Amino acid sequence: MKTSVGARSLQYLFAYLFGLIAIYPIFLMIVSSFKTNAEILAAPLSLPASFGFESYVSLWESVPFADFFWNSVFVSVVSVLLILLFSALAAFYLARYSFKWNGLLYFFFLIGLMIPIKLGIVPLFLLMKQLGLLNSLWSLILINTAGGIPISVFILTGFFRTLPVQLEEAARIDGCNDFQVFWRVLLPLIRPALGTVMIINFIQAWNDFFFPLIFIQEDVKKTIPAGMLSLFGEYETDWSMLFAGLTLSALPMIIVFLLASKQFMEGLTAGAVK
Amino acid sequence: MNHMQKATERAGRSKPRRRWLIHLFPLPALLVYAAFVIYPIFSAFTYSLYDWEGISRKGFAGFQNFVTLFTVEPFNEMFWNAIKHNLVYFIVEMVVQNGIAFGLAYVIYRKIRGSGVLKAAYFLPRLLSVIIVGFLWKLILNPNFGALNALLTHLGLEAWARPWLGDPNTALMTIILINCWFGIGFAVLIFLAGLQSIPEELVEAARLDGASGLTLLRKIILPLVMPSVTIMTILTFIQAFEAFELIYAMEGSQGEPFRSTDTLAVYFYRLAFGGPSGTGSVAIGLGSALSVILFFIVASVSAISVFLLRKKEIQH
Repeated sequence: MKTSVGARSLQYLFAYLFGLIAIYPIFLMIVSSFKTNAEILAAPLSLPASFGFESYVSLWESVPFADFFWNSVFVSVVSVLLILLFSALAAFYLARYSFKWNGLLYFFFLIGLMIPIKLGIVPLFLLMKQLGLLNSLWSLILINTAGGIPISVFILTGFFRTLPVQLEEAARIDGCNDFQVFWRVLLPLIRPALGTVMIINFIQAWNDFFFPLIFIQEDVKKTIPAGMLSLFGEYETDWSMLFAGLTLSALPMIIVFLLASKQFMEGLTAGAVK
Repeated sequence: MNHMQKATERAGRSKPRRRWLIHLFPLPALLVYAAFVIYPIFSAFTYSLYDWEGISRKGFAGFQNFVTLFTVEPFNEMFWNAIKHNLVYFIVEMVVQNGIAFGLAYVIYRKIRGSGVLKAAYFLPRLLSVIIVGFLWKLILNPNFGALNALLTHLGLEAWARPWLGDPNTALMTIILINCWFGIGFAVLIFLAGLQSIPEELVEAARLDGASGLTLLRKIILPLVMPSVTIMTILTFIQAFEAFELIYAMEGSQGEPFRSTDTLAVYFYRLAFGGPSGTGSVAIGLGSALSVILFFIVASVSAISVFLLRKKEIQH
């Protein structure tokens, strides 16, 4: 179909203008982190006169950023591994067997897709308190794992169902038991789905700040998003350092995204339009 | 299913004593999920029916908490004020975020140079933690030293410069627009997936019949992307009624200025964890009652989405 040159240019203008709007604030954040406070306040839009890392040094000296970072890594990695293992086991059971309660069990997991888990925060807080997990990274791991299970079971069950039965039969004839069929035969075949589940839950766990806000008080136990909360609370006026904190917080995820942007975009939308 | 049963039976015959082990497979997922998702929500329901003093439970109160929430000042006022903002949130997101996102998805669908880079660019903000988004924009929107007002001055639009987050007339809208900035890339991808699932032949046939761009869009494309529009509407609704983090990051638990950015979830947080000033101390009974109401608003709408997802699953 022919589109007039004028309409075409408008389309380009529209698309690229919003591309610019999407990126520019992030660009500004990174650039500002290399400027001095005086520079930021006098000329917020200009490029830095010289690239300085002073703000990063003072950030390092002011807050335990290394702790924040490793806490985030620990919480996200352990949560994702647990979600992958638990959900895959459950999905295998739901998709490859037909016990009479399987329909009910699947429905029970699906209910989780409708529940806004943050609304259970008061009982959850008291539960964590009873378990002695307040101020512990395990409180975050448990809630991330529990919250990630419904969508993950849903996605993985769908994938397990698509695999041909013959594979499984052949494996069983060769003497594989249930776990071997699961681990050695079927699991490698749903690797793309595992990737999707990994991405969805990793982003969720890495970026979450609601649960750390409620469960974690001590600075050295905070994840990056929670750490930003204390940074902004204490050093309101040191903009150069604040921008450095934001940049350092955003950078790991941006780098991972640039390395695998296609998988990220497909993964995050998979839950919605599968 | 039949094949599978046979396979299971055959396996069962070969190792009869180990058969029960399979039932351990769903157990870890089930336990964690039941303990940390189902149990807390269920407890919130029961909490809402009791009197509370601080964090200790007193006598059974029936529906008194709900009655208080709707009839006693300032609780009822705050409720209606907050739910109104949730609705505004939903409507503005639908029009601005989803409207623009659909336009962008359509332009990409009609082929544009650099579409891969554009998609990634739109999506980039979605990767940031909401707290980072909130703090970053707070710096950008600072009335004295922020980049936005500097940019407006630069463009000769000084008159437009204002304390975006400090003015009750603009604060809510500003936050919603930032949320649009955050979520637009996701919406583009959802719409694009919908557009790309339209059979090529159908569009081609309509073109050969001489359908103009606009007719094509209205008669063929729009009806066929309705499923993705529905999904996006539901997701936007859920998001709008759960709106908390961005507001908390930018305007605190009071929904400043003058509660002009208060939403149900922020109000809930205030009741449950007793933000400074506000209604005073924690009110777990009232907070739980509010969470039950919010639960039913969100769950009823997301039940529709789960229903749609399952229907689609069956069709495949």
